[in-house]
Amino acid sequence: MTWNRENKWRAGLVVLGVIFLFAAPNVFQLFTIINMTTAIAFAILALSLGLIWGYGGILCFGQTAFFGLGAYAYTVAAINFGGSTWAILVAILVAMLVAAVLGYFVFYGRVSDVYLAVITLTATLILYSLMRRTSGPEYKIGKSLLGGFNGITSPPLNMPWDTSQVLFPEHVFYVAMAALILAYILCSWLVQTQFGRVSVAIRENELRAELLGYDIRFYKMALFTVGGGIAAVAGVVFCNGVGRVTPDVFNLYNTALTIIWVIVGGRGTLIGPVLGAILLFYLTSSLGTQAVLNNNLVLGAILILFVLLVPKGIVPSFTEWWDNRRALRTSRRKEVRMRRRRSRLAEANGEAGDER
Amino acid sequence: MSLDRRSVLKGASAATVALAAPGIIGRAQAADTIKMVSILDQSGGLDIYGKPMVDATKLAVEEINGAGGLLGKQVELKLYDPQSTIQFYTQYATQAAAGDKAHVVHAGITSASREAIRPTLGRFKTLYFYNTLYEGGVCDRNTFCTGSTPAQTVEKLVPYCMKKWGKKVYIVAADYNYGHITAQWVKKYVADNGGEAVEIEFFPLDVTNFGPTIKKIQAAKPDMVMSALVGGAHVSFYRQYAAAGMNKNVPIASTTFGVGNEHTLISAEEGNGMIVAYSYLQEIQSDANKAFVKRFQDKYGAKAPYLNELAARSYEAAYLWAEGVKKAGTTDQMPVIEALEGGVSYAGPSGNISIEPKTHHAIQNVFLAELNDQKFTILESHEQQPPTDTLLVCDLKADPNQAKFYFENGLEAAGIK
Amino acid sequence: MDLFVALALQIIYGIANLVLISLGLAIIFGMMRVINLAHGEFLMLGGYTVVVSTNNGVNLWVAMFILAPLVVGLIGVIVERCLIRFLYGRMVDTLLATWGLSLLLIGLVTTIFGAQTSTTISAPFGPIQIGDYTSSGYELFLICVAVLLSLAVYLVLRLTKLGLVARGTMQSADMAAALGVSTSKIYMITFGLGAAVSGFAGALLAPITGVLPTIGATYIAKAFITVISGGAAILAGTASASVLLGGINGIMAFVTGPTIGEVALLVAAIILLRLMPRGITGRFFRKNL
Repeated sequence: MTWNRENKWRAGLVVLGVIFLFAAPNVFQLFTIINMTTAIAFAILALSLGLIWGYGGILCFGQTAFFGLGAYAYTVAAINFGGSTWAILVAILVAMLVAAVLGYFVFYGRVSDVYLAVITLTATLILYSLMRRTSGPEYKIGKSLLGGFNGITSPPLNMPWDTSQVLFPEHVFYVAMAALILAYILCSWLVQTQFGRVSVAIRENELRAELLGYDIRFYKMALFTVGGGIAAVAGVVFCNGVGRVTPDVFNLYNTALTIIWVIVGGRGTLIGPVLGAILLFYLTSSLGTQAVLNNNLVLGAILILFVLLVPKGIVPSFTEWWDNRRALRTSRRKEVRMRRRRSRLAEANGEAGDER
Repeated sequence: MSLDRRSVLKGASAATVALAAPGIIGRAQAADTIKMVSILDQSGGLDIYGKPMVDATKLAVEEINGAGGLLGKQVELKLYDPQSTIQFYTQYATQAAAGDKAHVVHAGITSASREAIRPTLGRFKTLYFYNTLYEGGVCDRNTFCTGSTPAQTVEKLVPYCMKKWGKKVYIVAADYNYGHITAQWVKKYVADNGGEAVEIEFFPLDVTNFGPTIKKIQAAKPDMVMSALVGGAHVSFYRQYAAAGMNKNVPIASTTFGVGNEHTLISAEEGNGMIVAYSYLQEIQSDANKAFVKRFQDKYGAKAPYLNELAARSYEAAYLWAEGVKKAGTTDQMPVIEALEGGVSYAGPSGNISIEPKTHHAIQNVFLAELNDQKFTILESHEQQPPTDTLLVCDLKADPNQAKFYFENGLEAAGIK
Repeated sequence: MDLFVALALQIIYGIANLVLISLGLAIIFGMMRVINLAHGEFLMLGGYTVVVSTNNGVNLWVAMFILAPLVVGLIGVIVERCLIRFLYGRMVDTLLATWGLSLLLIGLVTTIFGAQTSTTISAPFGPIQIGDYTSSGYELFLICVAVLLSLAVYLVLRLTKLGLVARGTMQSADMAAALGVSTSKIYMITFGLGAAVSGFAGALLAPITGVLPTIGATYIAKAFITVISGGAAILAGTASASVLLGGINGIMAFVTGPTIGEVALLVAAIILLRLMPRGITGRFFRKNL
């Protein structure tokens, strides 16, 4: 990892995140903190898609499949184990396993582009259909009933060493924020490894990468699996924030929303999706408190204006603006310097002339 | 099961300690208005249910304030629109309880949304009203469920229709908890009345092509179809059923048709002859109801939706809560709960409604009605029906410290297989 | 035997239904590579046009065959001019734009007409008797219309000057422009045509489905899956995918029930795309439209 400009930015963001982690519970009211946990869960989910789509070119229209599987696996496991620590691990493993199997299925079948989008979307919708119908005592895994459309109450997180020490909501916020920061660091590191650079090469040109001798199928599957694992972490945070997991996590609205976050934030960046998710979460949630205009109307209009005015997403547009400004400033500075030098020269000449 | 439930409870009680404190401090600062929060979907797929409920709630609060408010204070209604999304329910419930310091929250359409917010409101000790008809079985001292439950409606509807049409019943229901449980009740009452449920079929909420099922119904040759289909997509069933000419041969009865105002979404000839059971219908011929309908239509004009049970019950529940507050002389949670348990009643558009103290469900009138030209004609009315289904499992008098949903996974708790 | 005939008819109708809800999307996606997430709302608008105009005394057939395609086609043209034309070649941005559009249209219709609008129409033609069974005459009619509509789209694209120019533009816009074609106009017309077909389909379904502002969501996923499973060829793709997926759905729904029927359709789509990564027409019927 080199200490280039991008990494300086990233380090700065991590520091900001850590400050926020410790400051937020002292600044905001408790209910704000509780609600923030949900927003952070979405941010992690967006990050996972930002990684595989933005850096691997994998247009996954069903990232919520792993998000939901993570939430369900955590809840079911936590109920069965009577504690949350191993349940988190189970959630991540289940999601990664499913991602690996699905990834093997599609990437080794050379499915890509919109066809890949449809397969992943379909996989999510299958989970949606199946989970909705699991109401009744016959649908259970171990001690945990699946609860159908109404879903399952998720047990709260507890201290790793003592299952009776349950975390308070503000502590869940710490865990959520820490998870977001760690996931961000992980992704930042990953995209700079050999593995990450090859993934980007595949995104840019599959054929070229393959001709260079890389097994693109394996790289895609591996990246997809990592993305699934991060989405599962998001799922665990989500069901702790909401207190419940329902089949709605798999529905079309949520899965499309994930894509929207990444587009709004900006593809090809890591912080973009995070900001996109948080921004849209707070936008929709504040829209819900007004009753003047239909929410769909307002949100739709905002998104349309956004796509026309900020075509590349927030972060790339911001970076561009910043670069332009800096370029302008440096060129202006250069100009000022030149002018000064010129005037100094002229002065010198003038003085010389005066002397003459 | 006991072990993990205990740990969950522990979590809940620990959280109560942590969370109750700011809530109490907040409320101690005497406010000059009484805060009522309503969380109902006004956009997204559930808005067909939510919008009329919101309209009716607004009317009730306006009237209460017009008559001088409660305890000399005005009632301030705050509306949240969760946009048919579960996570916003939890979010707004937290905001209402901890942020707005609401004195009462009226919220929730689906059982999933109710189950998402019920623990939150319980934790913050914020009084909660759920005004939708549902599968029954909630047993929670902080929660009042004012809608009708299957034992109140299905119990009356099934024998009436079987007597009229015959004993072979085909059941179609929405493929989720409510549909499954209602189907179980229907099956039980069909059997109790000496009939036979030839087939039960469940439909995902987004199915719009019912052709294969209609063929199956034709093959089974039942005497009647009992429907517990829900939502906009399922309206297609009634239309395709009529298009195949089936509505003339095998009539339909339902406890869900009409509550999303489905009867206006299908034409008169498609719907004629269907029989439904609700605890309120716009066509009730009492003076109180006629006046209510007029006030509602005056307020909302040409756009006023049909008043179904959900809307009218949202209106009545606001009044019922107001009566509780008046009797308690305060808006504090526990005194109001005790007042409501102590036999407060309200004579509203649907007749007399009161709270059954063991279950916190409503004792209400139930009406059977037939659909003619997109309007219901009342056939029978049953006065003051107790929530017999929830009474099988729930006794808050004996054990006030429970907050359970007994029918979450079927009717095993009630001893029905 | 009666059951067999009635059921076969039902399955054919299921296929026709899938063709109807997918065709407009197939035109817009197949010709322009725009993934239109507002497709469900175009169907909804077609249905709404029929409901609102018949409520105001317009004849059902006029509303269905003339008004609905006209209104929704016009909306399509407006959308193309104001939004989509800025986004050609940026498939991802069209996802965001059409998602926003879908929300906007739902919100707009809800704001104007309320959460629901009552209707007076029911399916024309009445039932037809097949032995012990009855089928809806209107469904039979819809099967015919689906076939005719596909045929009409085929003929327009294949035989008319417009179709030729449009196909040329989609293959190479620069070349078409160099030959003096107004590509921008062609894009506009193609998008409008896709929208009109969607609106027409929505109108046809109006008498046998619930028409609500939010109903589009129930169609979009199925239409999307059908179109993509079909692959690049607009008509051959959509038709073959509809036959396969609709057939599986219908049979499974009858044998095991509707939930498994839906899941079977989805599973079939996944397996199909795994075996044919570019859709059905990526392998078969390649030369077709």
